Amino acid sequence: MRQLRVIEGAVSVLDRNDVDTDQIIPKQFLKRVERTGFGEFLFHDWAKEPGWELPSNPILASGRNFGCGSSREHAPWALEDYGFEAVVAPSFADIFYSNCTKIGLLPVVLAEPDVRELMAAGHARIDLEEQEIAFAGRQIEFEIDPETARRLLEGLDDIGVTLQQEAAIDRYEAERERAGPITTTL
Amino acid sequence: MPRTLFDKIWHTHEVAESLLYIDLHLVHEVTSPQAFESLRLAGRRVRRPDRTLATADHNVPTDGSSVAAQIRDRLSRIQVETLERNCREFGVPLYSIGSERQGIVHVIGPELGVTQPGMTIVCGDSHTSTHGAFGALAFGIGTSEVEHVLATQSLQQRKPRSMRILYEGELGYGVTAKDLILGTIGRIGVDGGVGHVIEYAGPVIEGLPMEGRMTICNMTIEGGGRAGMIAPDDTAFAWIEGRTAATRKRSDRSAAEPPPLPLDDWRALHTDEGAEFDREVVIDASELSPQVTWGTTPGMVVEVNGTVPEPRGEGEERALQYMALAPGTAMQEIHLDRVFIGSCTNSRIGDLREAAEVVRGRRVASEVNAMVVPGSQQVKVQAEAEGLDEVFRAAGFDWRSAGCSMCLGMNPDIAAPGERVASTSNRNFEGRQGRGARSHLVSPQMAAAAAIEGHFVDIRDWEGE
Repeated sequence: MRQLRVIEGAVSVLDRNDVDTDQIIPKQFLKRVERTGFGEFLFHDWAKEPGWELPSNPILASGRNFGCGSSREHAPWALEDYGFEAVVAPSFADIFYSNCTKIGLLPVVLAEPDVRELMAAGHARIDLEEQEIAFAGRQIEFEIDPETARRLLEGLDDIGVTLQQEAAIDRYEAERERAGPITTTL
Repeated sequence: MPRTLFDKIWHTHEVAESLLYIDLHLVHEVTSPQAFESLRLAGRRVRRPDRTLATADHNVPTDGSSVAAQIRDRLSRIQVETLERNCREFGVPLYSIGSERQGIVHVIGPELGVTQPGMTIVCGDSHTSTHGAFGALAFGIGTSEVEHVLATQSLQQRKPRSMRILYEGELGYGVTAKDLILGTIGRIGVDGGVGHVIEYAGPVIEGLPMEGRMTICNMTIEGGGRAGMIAPDDTAFAWIEGRTAATRKRSDRSAAEPPPLPLDDWRALHTDEGAEFDREVVIDASELSPQVTWGTTPGMVVEVNGTVPEPRGEGEERALQYMALAPGTAMQEIHLDRVFIGSCTNSRIGDLREAAEVVRGRRVASEVNAMVVPGSQQVKVQAEAEGLDEVFRAAGFDWRSAGCSMCLGMNPDIAAPGERVASTSNRNFEGRQGRGARSHLVSPQMAAAAAIEGHFVDIRDWEGE
């Protein structure tokens, strides 16, 4: 994964709450077996509505509970492929948030009034190392799990990191072979 | 110190800080191909194929096709064939299309007995919360995490917060587990559980059969919850007893007698008296009626004898517009084009029995296109042995083969633009069941009665024709 530190640029606004992943990338596009090429189908149905405008910018600002519903990682893939590098919202659905951090699309949680101001400002600079977002002459700190931030900053491969603890996993398995069933013997 | 059920399972699965061991990894064709491909590129193997189980469910046609080559949609066929090839290459057990054990991933886990109390279970699917009905910690993950679990049998996780939803009172006549969870989401909101693992408790929960408990845990994600769980009890143990996985263990492959279930361990899986939750919600179950959603999130829900509400804010206005409904319209006056009985929420044998009882001896309204999609091939076989297929067919329902089907319409089972669907599934999002389709979520009984009448009815005072 590439290292992520500063994201700066224009802000696209999608002022809706509970934007679900079925809207971000509808099911008919989940049939691909590749990770790429989802951007052109981003918000496929909504994009056909009159007055729809969502330019490809580094930052997307949206409403509460962004990314709810299906666990499809195709949603962050589509957002990233479309050009977004960060999504700012008052809250995110858990799985979506986690999926974003796994691919280097930065989810930023800000209080709702701050998101409103960001939408109005139209331009921002996000510094992950400082955990700070700056727009319209203001600087606001945001929270992110330190370990998640470290992985994003260093561009670490999660599996590689976990495999450094492979001995601990071996030990765990040796010490407590789970009581659960073995699927290969069914 | 008293601990919650969630604490107990979390604690016994911590390999290291924030590294959680995964006992069972369920896999399906839509969220796994990129994960297997990355493993291949990195030269990694599947660490524990014996703790992994795959099936094809999202894309499969429900027309009785028995091999992937029969799938007409080229991309769906490629996806199922890719799953088959990946499972062969990496040694992962698979029940693909045509297998007598194939079915919706969250139906076959419990059905085979691989879902057991105290386990950690993940799947690249948000409805993995279903398995929490057995006292497991089960949650959905994305494709990057699927790859991570395949490679390491573990997951990097920050411990979520805990929440208990305690139900007081009894469920009224005609009010089901589906109504209980829809009513709950209506109260806490679609983001009410974000960041939390939710334990459902109270006499109503204890009185539910496993099907009902699975329906409730299944829809936890619709309330934003990370996972849903219910303390396992004799009802859960009786479900597992005798099921395929419960009768075998690696060491006992040739044993004449199946190993006994570890009931003493399982009985310890409950929240201790005095254990604290980060958040507690109390709901009076006796005040709930059968529920029907009116909008485009599962939280936009009212009682069947209610009316479409006045919109509060832009989101609800949009929803009303999409659903082509006017505030004040009686829910029972809403006419339907389609009825779908199926999905990981409500497609188990118990659900089909309940729906069949409503349908028996009656006819589907002439303007309604109704279908039943059993959750698994085993459910289908069981239903046919009981003659339920005949009950549905005689009434004019289409009786299909197992899969996710019209819950999300990745296969050919989709509703047309503008069509209105009464659905036993879990999501009424815009376009979910077909572009422009309008979905109303209900229980199997309510869906069955709506199919007969052509509009919603209150199952409690409905006499039928």
